[in-house]
Parts: sequence; C-alpha cells; structure tokens
Amino acid sequence: MSRTIFERFYEGKSGSFIPRNDCPVEGLDMLLTRKTPTSLPVVGEQEVIRHYVELASKNYHIDKGMYPLGSCTMKYNPVVNEEIAGLSGFTGLHPLQDETDVQGALQLIYDLESSLCEITGMDHFSLQPVAGAHGELTGMMIARDYFRDRKEDRKTVLVPDSAHGTNPASVVICGFTPKTIPSGDDGLVDIEALEREIDDKTAVFMLTLPNTLGLFEKEIKKIIGIVHKAGALVYMDGANMNALLGIVKPGDIEIDIMHLNLHKTFSTPHGGGGPGSGPVGVRSHLGDFLPVPRVLKEGERYTFFSDMEKSVGKVHAWYGNFNVLVKAYAYIIALGATGIREVAENAIINANYLMKKISRHYDLKYPGPCMHEFVASGRNLKQYGVRTTDVAKRLLDYGIHAPTVYFPLIVEEALMIEPVETEKKETLDHFADVMEKIAGEARNNPGILHEAPVTTPVRRLDEAAAARNPELCWPLENSE
Amino acid sequence: MSYVQNTDRDRKEMLGYIGVSSFDELIEPVARELRVKGDLKLGLPMSEAEVVSHCAALARRNSPASEMASFLGAGIYDRYIPATVRYVLSRSEFYTSYTPYQAEVSQGTLQAIYEYQTMITRLTAMDAANASMYDAATSLAESLLMACAIKRTDRVLVPAALSQRIRRVLESYSAGRHITIESIPWKDDGTVDLDEAERLLSEKAAAVILAQPNYFGLLEDASAVSSLAHGKGALLIALVDPVSLALVAPPGEYEADIAVGEGQSLGIPQSFGGPLLGFMATRKEYIRKCPGRLISATVDSEGKRGYVMTLQTREQHIRREKATSNICTNEGLCALAAAVYLSTMGDDGFREVALQSAAKSHRLYEMLSGLPGVTLPFGKQFFQEFVVRFDGPASRFLSRAKKSGILGGVSLEDDFPELGKGAVLVAVTEKRSLAELELFRDIAAGKEVRV
Ligand SMILES: Cc1ncc(COP(=O)(O)O)c(C=O)c1O
Repeated sequence: MSRTIFERFYEGKSGSFIPRNDCPVEGLDMLLTRKTPTSLPVVGEQEVIRHYVELASKNYHIDKGMYPLGSCTMKYNPVVNEEIAGLSGFTGLHPLQDETDVQGALQLIYDLESSLCEITGMDHFSLQPVAGAHGELTGMMIARDYFRDRKEDRKTVLVPDSAHGTNPASVVICGFTPKTIPSGDDGLVDIEALEREIDDKTAVFMLTLPNTLGLFEKEIKKIIGIVHKAGALVYMDGANMNALLGIVKPGDIEIDIMHLNLHKTFSTPHGGGGPGSGPVGVRSHLGDFLPVPRVLKEGERYTFFSDMEKSVGKVHAWYGNFNVLVKAYAYIIALGATGIREVAENAIINANYLMKKISRHYDLKYPGPCMHEFVASGRNLKQYGVRTTDVAKRLLDYGIHAPTVYFPLIVEEALMIEPVETEKKETLDHFADVMEKIAGEARNNPGILHEAPVTTPVRRLDEAAAARNPELCWPLENSE
Repeated sequence: MSYVQNTDRDRKEMLGYIGVSSFDELIEPVARELRVKGDLKLGLPMSEAEVVSHCAALARRNSPASEMASFLGAGIYDRYIPATVRYVLSRSEFYTSYTPYQAEVSQGTLQAIYEYQTMITRLTAMDAANASMYDAATSLAESLLMACAIKRTDRVLVPAALSQRIRRVLESYSAGRHITIESIPWKDDGTVDLDEAERLLSEKAAAVILAQPNYFGLLEDASAVSSLAHGKGALLIALVDPVSLALVAPPGEYEADIAVGEGQSLGIPQSFGGPLLGFMATRKEYIRKCPGRLISATVDSEGKRGYVMTLQTREQHIRREKATSNICTNEGLCALAAAVYLSTMGDDGFREVALQSAAKSHRLYEMLSGLPGVTLPFGKQFFQEFVVRFDGPASRFLSRAKKSGILGGVSLEDDFPELGKGAVLVAVTEKRSLAELELFRDIAAGKEVRV
C-alpha cells in the first residue's frame, strides 16, 4: 500500500516554479475572501516524483504487456507520436489566436477530416466530439435537428441489444426514447423484430458495426434498406472500425451518420481512461447539421467557418481534443493506404486465430468467423464453482491483463476478447496457453482461482463495500 | 511504417490453423459487393523520419501563443507548467494504461485519481468530486441535466455574462430535453443583476448558474446569488476558475450544490483548446446523481487499503438507458496532470500563482486607467481578467499589439456587441512580466513600439 500524497506532508517547502513577482501585491483585499485553507499536499519535488513513480509501479500498461480488452481496443501506441504531439507548435496554441498564426493546425484538421472521409466514405467529418460516446450524442443531435428541420415528429431510436452501453445512454441524453431490438440466435439483428418495431416515429436505427459480439451484420444492406424505407436514418457506432479499415466504407453502403473512436482505431494512448476523440461523419444530406466551426480551404489558406444556420451548435467549448488529433494524424500518414488495410487484416486474423485456440477450453455462443474481437463464455466453469471474474483475476497472476468481463450483457459469464493487430502470433499463443492452464486449474484446483490474484500489488478488492459506503476523498484530519 | 509484427509466414500459419485458404474467405460475412475495390486514396506509407519532418513542418506553420507575450484567456490560459507534470505524464505506466477495469493492476491510476478527487474537493470545499469530465462546457451541461433530474423541473437561469461558447454547448445539450435556458442580465458594473434574478426566480427553476468569476473576469456576490437561489428552491451551480479558489471563497463556503470548472489551468497545455479537464464536485446527497467516474477507497481480501471505480451502477455499461450520463472514456490523464501540478505547487506555490495573476492583472488595469482612448467599463472587482475598451475597433489594437509580439486579448465585439466597439478581454497570468505589461500599456497609449 502506498502512502497517499497527503501523508507525505512534512514541514518542508515546495520549490519555486513561477517567475519572481515583479508586480507586488497591493489593494487586493476584496479578492481575499477564502476562509478555509486549500489544504493541498506540501511536499518537495523529489517526494512528488517518488510518489508518482511508486504509483506508476502499480499499473499495468500496454508497453508492459497485452490488453485483450474487447471493445476497448488498446494497441501499441507508437512512441514517436508523443514526440510529435508534444511539439510546442501544437501544444502552445491558444484556440483564439488569429487564423494566420494557426495555419498548420487548421491544415492538420482539414487533412485529417479528408482522410477520415476517404477511409469511411462519408462526405464530411467534424472532429469536435472528444470521445466515442460524445460522438454518439453529437450524431443524435444531428438526427434530432434534421427531423426538426423537416418538421417530422420522430422520437424513437431503435438500438439492438448487442449495441455498446453508451448507445442507449446517448440516445436518452439527447431526448430520444430508445427501444431495444433483440438479436437472433446468430447474434445478428433480428430483422423481423426490426420490421415489426420500425414505424414513422422512428428517427434512427443505431447500429454497432461490427457489433459487440464481434460479428458483422451479414444482412446490412437489407437492414439499411428497411430503415431508409421508413424514412429513418442509420447511425453506425464505428468504434470498432479497425475491423473494417480498407474493407468496407460505411458511407458507400449508405450509413447516414457514424462516429469513430480515434483513440482506439487510430491508436492514441488512453492514459488511464482518456482523453479520447470521437469525430462524427455524415453523408452530404446531413452536412449542414455538423457542429461549428468547420475548417475550410480557400486556395492555400485555411479558415474557420461558423455561419451554418442548421448546425447543432457546439458540443465542446473549442475544436475537440486537438492533441489527440495530432497523434491520429501522424498514425494515418505513417501507415498510408496499405498500412491501414493491413491493420484490419491482422486484427481479424489475430481474433479468429485466438478464438479458435480459446474455444478448445471455453464456450463460444456464436462460433463462425468473427471480426476483430469475439466473446467467449466461462459458463462451462460454473460447475467447478468458478466464475468469469475468477478467470480474469487469475490472468493477472500470470502477468496478463484480463479481457473485458460480463459484457456484452447478452452473453452469460462473458469474456470479451480483442487481441488487436499489433500483437504477434507468439503473444497470442502464450495468452491461449495461459487461458488453457486456467481452465485446467478450474477443474482441478478451483481454490487457486478463488484466491487470485496473489502476485498483484493488492489482492481482490471489495467493490461491494466501496459501493455501500463510498470513500471518495482522503479525510482532512488525516492529512498532517 | 507498419506497427504490425506478424510476418507473412505467421499469417499463413494462422489462416491454416483457422481453416481457411485466404483472408478473403475469412471475411465471408462481409458480402463481396460491399467491399472496397482497390486501395484507399491515402498515399504511400511514410518512414518515421518522414512522418516527423512532415509534422514538424506543420507545427512550424503555427506561431504558438506560449512563445509570445500572451494576454489571451477567455477560458484557456497560458500558465507555467512545472517539469514534474511532463515527467510523470510521459511515463508509459500512466499514459499507456487503459481505464482501470482491473483494479488490482491499476492501483497507480486509481490512487492518483482518488487523490485528484480529494484535491478538487478541498479546492472547492465541497463533499465529493468526480474523476474528470471532458471540459468545463460539457461539465456545466451535465450539471444542468443533473439539476433538472434532481428538481424535476426543466428551467434554468444562466448569467448573460457567460462564455458564448459554453452557452452554445448548454443549448445543444438542452434542446432535446426541452430544458429552457434563461439569461440573467448584468448591471452596469458587469455583475449579475440580482433584482432581475429574483424576478426570474418567481417562476420555478431547477438551478441558478453562477459564473465566478464571470466571463468579464468580475467577481460576483456569490452569497447573495446563493441565498436567492436557495430561497426559491433552486439549486446553485457554481462555474469556477480553480486558480481563483486559492484566494476567493470556494463554492462550499457559499453553499453551492454543484461546482464545475475547467482544469486546463492545472498543468495542462493550451493545445489549441483540447484536451481539457472538466471537473465536478457536489454535496454528499447528490453523489449518486453525479455523472462520470468515481474512485473510492476500499480494502482487499487481506484488509489492505486499495482503490476501485465505484457506483458503476450509475454508468452506461450497466444501466444503459437509465445511466446518469453517457460518459465512458473521460480525461483521465488530464486529471493526473492536475494532481501532479497541485502536488508540485503545494498550498503556497498555488496561492502564489493566483496572487501573481491577480497582482499583475490589477497592475495592468492601473496602468491603463486614465490613458487617452482607453476606457475601463467595469470596476476593480476582478480576479485576473478584465475588459478594456479602445476608441477604435478591437482589431486595430490587437493587430498593432501583434506587430510588437503581443497577443493583446480577445475581441468581445462579436460575442458582446452591447459592450460597444473596441471591447477586449485581457487576461494576465503569472507568466507575464512587468516589462510585458509596460509594452502593452505603450501600445494601448498609441506609442510606436519596436521590439
Ligand atoms: C463499440 C463502442 N462504442 C462506443 C464506445 C464509447 O466510446 P468512448 O469510451 O470513447 O466514449 C466504445 C468504447 O468504450 C465502444 O467500444
């Protein structure tokens, strides 16, 4: 257990970091109204570094080993991208500088938008949303304003049960009513159910493609036809686009709106949960509704453009997570057309290879080829009193991060696994071997799994206690 | 460049093991007529050297504010970031870790974020803080949805002296939920018109938003706004500048129900406006209504202290359409930056940042008062940013300043035409020197300055 930074307090001094004050303070009394102390930690620089280095040693991270987290996609993060994004020509920009001072930044935004259009077949992109779910919300706003503009009263959004959890949440935040469409036994959208539920009140059919079971909707053309015939729009959650790069362009198959998770598909480090970036793309009939400002190119000059009457407005105070855009941009130009396609091929081959290996010891509810991820089930281990959590915790003992567990909700004891394209065959073999070993332990010595993890900085943590009685901050009285 | 490690031989072996003869056969569920024909038009792959020189050339086409005497603010500030922040953030144990779904191997991230929550709680003097949101604008929008859910009313009052960019985010978030946003005008001195606020409160409202300081940099009578709101059964949401909280009364002291703000000032580069860090703090009774991640301390099976994400049943991956918000990926690394920044600065260092920003901005204000062709429409009740009005158009002053290497401020002509032509919002952080203030004054005075 590490001491908290508040316990590292001593009667010491912080260093001096900011310029000497050459404008002495006078007459600021009216400002000084704070009564309680700020009670920040008071530790010297060396102690600060030691504290965070000690914490760092307690983290798993992609530079240490694989993250087979399905749906979360954590691949190798090219280290050169950090250097590039750290250039002061990018980090030092204020968002309200004159356009003439930020031509490089505007060009980057413009070119990244164009690349995303080429990759997805959409006509326009806005890079303003700062996360996948934020993109979903933006997409819903676009649909909302589109129907408002057409004076159509459409309030329902149909969401398959295999959709990501953020989808229905985004629908509600935007003021629509979500309605669940069940999947069939094959894990794909039940087309009859879709036909039954869709009507002239349906605004959007919101599809995760490939879905969270890692499956491509075979009947996608038919689905899109049904939705369009009803006068509704098709939204594609494109967070899983790494499976489709260079293989399918959603715009070409008439998806109307989609978002991308740049932090997954185009490799930007996730930093313990973000920042991310969730650009939204639309086909031309929806272009007018994108958030403002947009970037235009006039000759060799780039300018901001905000004069869009039908725009949904703004979803972020500025232009999105620009620093993340820089990394995605560097990644795309490094890979080029062939490299981009290679990502999808290797993601898919790796996933199918691993799925086959794992299926020897774990159930597969939906066998058959998957895309970049698949969902196995630990239900066959229940007979030994072993749950999926136990498998996950045991993996930690073997020095591997666990897959996503208990998601999607439609698979019992789910283990959602995404190897990603940057992992090498040997790594996958090792992972499969460890999974096999764990299945063996479950049969022969389930106690080991219940005890796991034993090699980690802390043992299994009591989440129930935390939820019952959350302790969200270090008590002031313990600080000194 | 390729970051894929499998060789052709690996791939062939794997396809063989899977039992297909080719990759095309493997993607059989994707009908052939749907597949992309030919290559994407993205150009040839580049080597690392080429990527670096291409991107560096783009970066050179920019003139970063951080390398000039910048008086730009309006929500994003040019502050000094101690080296410890970059050092800790550049450690891949932090920046290449994922959301801490497996707590036992994520104690570093979890403890750091727990400590971040603690620091935000102390700065705001509130009971609890969440673990990072996208930015101030979206945090405020989420707090508005939260207030409407708590009060079951969909009308909120917002100061007219609010960033128009934030205002537009509030509007796009509210439109679908039929939340009505009404503006409380400002008085001649630039602060909230309390009589108007009272009149607007005669009809039921879920919340009153207080911007402290407001968009013009002015400090409001927070207690008065608070009692007004509470007296009429509305919640008080405070939008605060975290640095100002080293000096001015924090939201907890005037009994705000929710406090939100922008954490960019806490160790995060300007980066053209993103990534930023939204923060949100609230009272105990509203924790379960609060959006975003929360980290809690707990114990492990041996009774050892540890940390987990908690109250996840509020979140989208479990509650789906009943979730308190849709936030999944947040700004975890930015929250870490803020924690390292505040740990490094400590109480005294942090207070010094605030004091110097206040002192230097007030010094500039003094230096400008009485200059011919310059008006200061509002008084001295400001923290580090104030409005100045030039006789000519704002752009004339700003371009003259620019010629001398100064970014003179943000023109208010478009967003607040009622302030008259020539209105500029000027921010002075701790990074500005007396010499730079003098240069600013000379330009404002119409002197020819050469640098
Ligand atoms: C399929 C899918 N959709 C949406 C999201 C949400 O994206 P974000 O976490 O960036 O908000 C994710 C990731 O969590 C996802 O995997």
